[in-house]
Order: sequence, then structure tokens, then C-alpha cells
Amino acid sequence: MAFFRVEKLVKQFGGLTAVNNVSFEVKQGEIFGLIGPNGSGKTTTFNMISGTYPPTSGKVFFKGKEIQGRKPHRICHLGIGRTFQVVKPLGRMTVLDNVIAASFSRENRMRGAREQAEKTIAFCGLDPVSGTLAKSLPIAGRKRLEIARAMATRPELLLLDETAAGLNPTESLEAVELIKKIRENGTTIVIIEHIMRVIMTISDRIHAINFGQTIAEGTPSDVAANPQVIEAYLGTDYA
Amino acid sequence: MKKNAVPLLVLAVLAVFPLVVTSDYFLHLMILFLLWVVIGSSWNVLAGYTGQVSFGHAAFFGVGAYTAGLLFQHLQISPWWGMALGGIVAALIGLPFGAICFPLRGAYFALASLALGEGIRHIATISESFTGGMMGIMIMPSFVSKIPYYYIALALSALSVLSIRLVIRTKPGYYFVSIREDQDAAESLGIDTTLYKNVSLAISSFWTGMAGAFYMNYMGFVDPHVVFSLHDYSVMAILVAIVGGVGTIYGPAVGAFIMVAVQEFFRSGFFGLFDYLGRVTGAPAFASLSEVVRQAHVLGFGILVVVVILFLPNGIVGDWEKIRRNVFRIQPTR
Repeated sequence: MAFFRVEKLVKQFGGLTAVNNVSFEVKQGEIFGLIGPNGSGKTTTFNMISGTYPPTSGKVFFKGKEIQGRKPHRICHLGIGRTFQVVKPLGRMTVLDNVIAASFSRENRMRGAREQAEKTIAFCGLDPVSGTLAKSLPIAGRKRLEIARAMATRPELLLLDETAAGLNPTESLEAVELIKKIRENGTTIVIIEHIMRVIMTISDRIHAINFGQTIAEGTPSDVAANPQVIEAYLGTDYA
Repeated sequence: MKKNAVPLLVLAVLAVFPLVVTSDYFLHLMILFLLWVVIGSSWNVLAGYTGQVSFGHAAFFGVGAYTAGLLFQHLQISPWWGMALGGIVAALIGLPFGAICFPLRGAYFALASLALGEGIRHIATISESFTGGMMGIMIMPSFVSKIPYYYIALALSALSVLSIRLVIRTKPGYYFVSIREDQDAAESLGIDTTLYKNVSLAISSFWTGMAGAFYMNYMGFVDPHVVFSLHDYSVMAILVAIVGGVGTIYGPAVGAFIMVAVQEFFRSGFFGLFDYLGRVTGAPAFASLSEVVRQAHVLGFGILVVVVILFLPNGIVGDWEKIRRNVFRIQPTR
């Protein structure tokens, strides 16, 4: 039984097929990269997994259970956390309160939720800003808060949507360190990323899609050498 | 404990108020103030904390009042029992309404709440055999003195504020604010947004219904245009919260005090000052001035809200630091 598997996922928005027959399997404990040019359907795939909208057809399996079409809050309780590409901080709450709100998914009591949140904040290196309002964080802090919040729901599978986008080189290096630390902690990760330096160094395997369809899957070096991937990113001249 | 010093002090002052001030006029104003603490705080749970703006709280207020009145009229059950039921019936009206509207996002709830308030007002008006229609319901008040009513209202407002405070500082409160701030993020954090919006509505409509049932007991008379009034209740609830501070625990209480004072200021023409001056001096100008002030009631509310929104967008409690800095010239302690 696979830890996590999507099978023939299809999403149509009216006449537009955003994701067309995408299947992949993620092993427990790995970092699985999802790449593709802009508009290739990566975030749509995430949205179908996390329940933002149901797939037109296809299935999602998590620990042997079929989970497609369930509501986002149910998916969260099953143990799948996610971050958003366009960050969604709870602006008029402090960083600590943001993470406490997330901790309540596993804890009903205030004290337990608070302890859990403080631990998560320390783990993600947000303690210097834990009393700051989320809306006054710079972008690197907001991206980090997205991760901290998702981690506070104690996911077994974490979906990261472009957590290094918009960061400067130092910050993106720190983000990579954090992602590695999360994996070492036992959380499986599926990551969407545009910055090749990031995704090529941290992924165990990569799945590449273009126009909603799978074009390659394999180790980072395999995928980087794949002519279809090069064509999708750089054009036919380089393939 | 220092944090609770101010509310406790206010509560102590309110508790001894009737012993010091025996004037029925001021007791009546204080009862209205306490009533508005309940309604304003209730509205604030739903709109201020959960972000679901309601333009129809008169529906819950009126349903509470009618529950108490109708129980007495049809079944001769004391309207004080009706008070216990008023909140529950209001919440029961709220729940199916919430179940229909809350899966939708955006302005739909606000628009539907407006329709709910107006719809129920019409229902109360046309079902004459049941509600008495435009004739309304009249009951004999239980007490001649205003003092018992004052303490009941005080207990009601203290309990509502306390219970709301308790909810806001625990899991549901965090969930309410998360929903207000970002519904997608809230969903991704495991929050059943539809369920928690309904929880918020239930708390809000329950306390508003209790306030309505108290009103029935206190005033002894209700008719559809009084208790289902869009202007006097639905909109006033919003003003109370905005002036005091949306999304703060004690904001609506402060707002209630100010709004009741301002309303009385206009209703009485500068608390009767112009009438008094008119009598003393015999100048007809004062009488007409008094009349102008009375007529300017709605205009005055409008100006007050514009001023608050421009200069204190978070209300008096929400922008307290700002007021301290600019008005009292006190530097913040931190």
C-alpha cells in the first residue's frame, strides 16, 4: 500500500483542462518535487489534494484511504497540511495566535495548544517575531509562518506551494534548511518550486508536468536531462 | 488581575448605582444602556470576531421579545419564563438561516440577514390572530419600581459579556477570528468554517433574544414596528459596536453607553436644557432650537459614525492607545 498516491487526476474549468490525467506516488519520508512552467497545473493539483475543489475525475489515496472530494478541514484532520503560494496570513492576529489557531486542530485546551504552538514556532525559527502581527511580517516571515501553521496541524504529509519564491538567496537557503529539518522530523513532503537550485538540491524524486500532463518523472538529474522538460522550460532550440 | 481592574471597577460602580441615584429617569437610561451592552456584544461576536456582518439583529431581538409576550398571551406563562426561552427561540430561528447562508461567502449573509429582519417583521405584522398584528402585545409589568429591572439587566449584560469573553479566549474564539481573517487559510488549518460560523451565530442570536425577552418584560408592550425596527435595532447594534470598537471585548459596552447618551441627548433636546432656557427666558428661539435638535437625531448619528470611522477606525476601545497618546498626551507603557 502506497503512503500517498494520486491516480489519473483530471480537473476541467469549463472548457479548459487544467490538469489532465496526472498520476504519481509518494513514499513515506521522501521529498517529492512537482515542477512545471507557469500555468501547468501544479497548484490546481495541490488544490484537488487538499480539498479546495474536487477533481473532475481521478482518485487520491492517503494511507490506503480514498480522500478525493473531501472538505479541506477534513483533509487537514486526516494529516495533510498545506501552505499557500499566495500567502494567507491571519493578518490581525499575532504570529503566535496564528499558530495557536492551527494547533487547535489537534488540541482542545488552550494550554496544550499554546505549548504546541510555541514548540512549532521555535522549530521554524519564528520566536523573535512571535508577538508581531502577521500582517506586518516581511515576505520571508510570511512564507515561514505558512510553514509553521501547517506544521502545527501535525501533518504526516506536507504540501509546500512555492515556499522559496520571492525570497533572496540567503532566505531561500534558510527555507531549504527548514524543509530538510521537517523531513528529518518524519514528515513527508510534496513541494512545488520554480527555483531550480532549490528543487534540484532537496528533492528525492521529481515529477514534471506541462499543460496539465505528465512529461517526466525520476531523480532530479534524470528529469533535468529529459528533453521534454528542457523543451518545456527553454524551448525547442535547446531540447 | 490588573487587566481586569477596569471592568471590575465599572461593574462595582454599576452595582451600587441605584443606591446612589434614585431618579427613575436615570435608572431608565441605565437600563437601556445595559440592554445595549447585551445587543452590541452579541452583534460583535458574529460580525466583529467572526466577520459575518449582520443587518438583521432586530429579527433575533424581536423574536425574543415576542416569545416572552406570546407565551403569556396564549398560555398565561409568566414572561420571565419567556425570558429563558426567548434566547433559545432566537437561536433556533438563527440556525436554519445560518445553515442556508454560511456555506456561501462574501456579502450574501449580510444581505440575507437584512431580508430576515424585514421578513420576520412582516410576518409578525400580518399574522394578526397569533401575534396581534399591529396592535402588538401588552402585558402587565411585574414590578413598579425600576430597581429590579436594573439589576436583572445588569446581570444579563455581565453574564453575556463574561460568557462571550470566555468563548473568545478559547478554541472557538481563535476559530472565529481565523474565519474573519482568511477563510481559505482557516479551512486549511482544519477549521470547519460553516460549523463555527453557526456556533457564532447561535451565541449571538441567543443573547440578542434574551435582551428582547427582557425588553418585553420591562416595557410591557411590543409591536412589530418597535422591536423589529431596522433603524432602531439592526442598525443601532452596528453603531454601538463600531463606536465602541469592533472585535474588542468591552468595545460594545463603551459604545452602548455613548450611543444611549447621544440618543437621549437628541431625543430630549440637550437633556431638556433648551426647553428649560426657553421657559426661563421666554424667548421662542429656544423652543425652536430644541425642536431642531430633536429632528436632527438621525443626522447626529450619521455625523458621529463618520467621525468615529475617520479618526478611530477601530472604535474607542480598539484605538485606546491612540486616544491616550493624542488626547491625554500619555506615552504608551511599552
